[in-house]
Amino acid sequence: MYVREEEFRKLAGIVEYKPVARYSYSAGQALSEFLRGLKDGRILGKLCPSCRRVLVPPRVYCEHCFKPTTEWVEVPGTGRVETAVISYIGTARERLEKPEIIGVIRLEAPGYTEGSFDFAGLFHKLCGVTEDDVISGRAIGMKVKPRWRPPEERKGSILDIECFEPEGGRR
Amino acid sequence: MKPNIFVKDKVGIVGAGLTLFRRRLLETPRELAWEAAREALNSAGLTLKDIDCVVVGSAPDAFDGVHMKGEYLSDGSGGFMKPTVRVFVGGGTGVMVPVVAWWHVASGLCRTVLAVGEEKMSHAHPHPQGVFAYIWDPILERPLGPNLIWIFALEMRRYMHVCKASKEDIALVSVKNKRNALDHPAAQAAASITVDDVLKSEVLVWPVQLLDISPVSDGAAALVLASESVARRVTDTPVWVEGVGFTLDNAHWYNRDLAYPRYLEYAARMAYRMAGIERPWKEIDVAEPYDPFDYKELHHIEGLMLARRCEAPSLLREGYFDRSGDLPTSPSGGLLGVGNPIAAAGVMKVAELFWQLRYEAGARQVKRPVHKAVANAWGDLMQAGTVVVLST
Repeated sequence: MYVREEEFRKLAGIVEYKPVARYSYSAGQALSEFLRGLKDGRILGKLCPSCRRVLVPPRVYCEHCFKPTTEWVEVPGTGRVETAVISYIGTARERLEKPEIIGVIRLEAPGYTEGSFDFAGLFHKLCGVTEDDVISGRAIGMKVKPRWRPPEERKGSILDIECFEPEGGRR
Repeated sequence: MKPNIFVKDKVGIVGAGLTLFRRRLLETPRELAWEAAREALNSAGLTLKDIDCVVVGSAPDAFDGVHMKGEYLSDGSGGFMKPTVRVFVGGGTGVMVPVVAWWHVASGLCRTVLAVGEEKMSHAHPHPQGVFAYIWDPILERPLGPNLIWIFALEMRRYMHVCKASKEDIALVSVKNKRNALDHPAAQAAASITVDDVLKSEVLVWPVQLLDISPVSDGAAALVLASESVARRVTDTPVWVEGVGFTLDNAHWYNRDLAYPRYLEYAARMAYRMAGIERPWKEIDVAEPYDPFDYKELHHIEGLMLARRCEAPSLLREGYFDRSGDLPTSPSGGLLGVGNPIAAAGVMKVAELFWQLRYEAGARQVKRPVHKAVANAWGDLMQAGTVVVLST
């Protein structure tokens, strides 16, 4: 048997519960250094000595080769939009007043061939990209760069990058 | 190529059962599991005494707000004083349940297994989307305030770009599956809709709109699997599990091309190899590709190698995947039409193929003769591929 939301609320024996849980996550060996880099306005990757890929975001091991990664490599931060969407809803499905544009950015990094299946990349917000750019497909392949928060506002967080914005030239 | 796997016993499915799929079912998770389990046992003409082992599948604990959900559900699933395990690979759980049940029997460890998938998503308020927030990486992803639909929209947009598929092409999946579900007695979201209805529905995360997505559902589904000798004793028409496959891609979903489900191709190759299938696009007669979103069915048809890359949208337009088509997909109505109680939905897909292969699907029975079938499920951060290949 099933009911509608309004009827559900009136039923006997409905138990409400709100969990209370707080977490403090450590970012780990690779991402802590990555976040320190962001604070300095730098995007850091880590080199796999075996397949020569520079992994961004960095990890202490390369999952392809299962070998420890070695050198830290700064990547330029520029890249191309791999895919982009327009969100009209927030985390709990509430409607947003102003839609957000989100994308995956394929970063320029050593060790990958053009158009490779695996790539160095980040998931972030896009600014200066319009809803129409997303719908028409113009946004995809667009050359973008990070828009950094002012140094004094950076906290060593992925949000030290405010968003990725068009670099000017469009493919 | 010979499968690099030791199989002691051939495994057959001998029974299946489902509850209704609905939002806000009043039964508890255990009660739902029990209903589906009992129906599956009845359909096989067996009782719990005949069952050696139990496999229970359910997705994130956070939906129920109860940890150790597998243990919590186990007695309703028949897992009382028997070897019992809980399986969880996100949305891939539903097809992982029969995969795990298969190896319990194939190894010779158990002669009979009761395999149950259960999900109750409607507990979480105001919307289960809030609970989905905990699947994101806490360091790099959660600070962006993501909604789960973001990743699917990103993947759909990439697929549309690479395959030059339009929103209209993709909406046809929703139209087909919701229409197929009109003949399914358990269906929650069966409807006769048009492409236009999909394109006019609420835009959530463009390109994903309300009618592109399966609903929030509660429900349970169960199967009974048995070794060959038991299966032949209890039924004249067992459905054999000929191949199983499962793969995880990495959690760095933004480090790979989302246009193609690599996780699924690997899992499918494993299952086809075991089943001796070399040309799935010719040899598979009916399929239940995992369709929590409409584009996902097309994506999975390609990952299962039932169509060439980017070819699924044009075949769909031609009616190739209709119930009357050459290769019917989601004849049940899928997650889009029947509903998506996560772990139960995958089991429902395998149950549908069980009925299709026994010609017991009634109004849903596909037109063409059927002998071999494949189902898949998918989950986690675009990661998990789970596949079963069935035959008569």
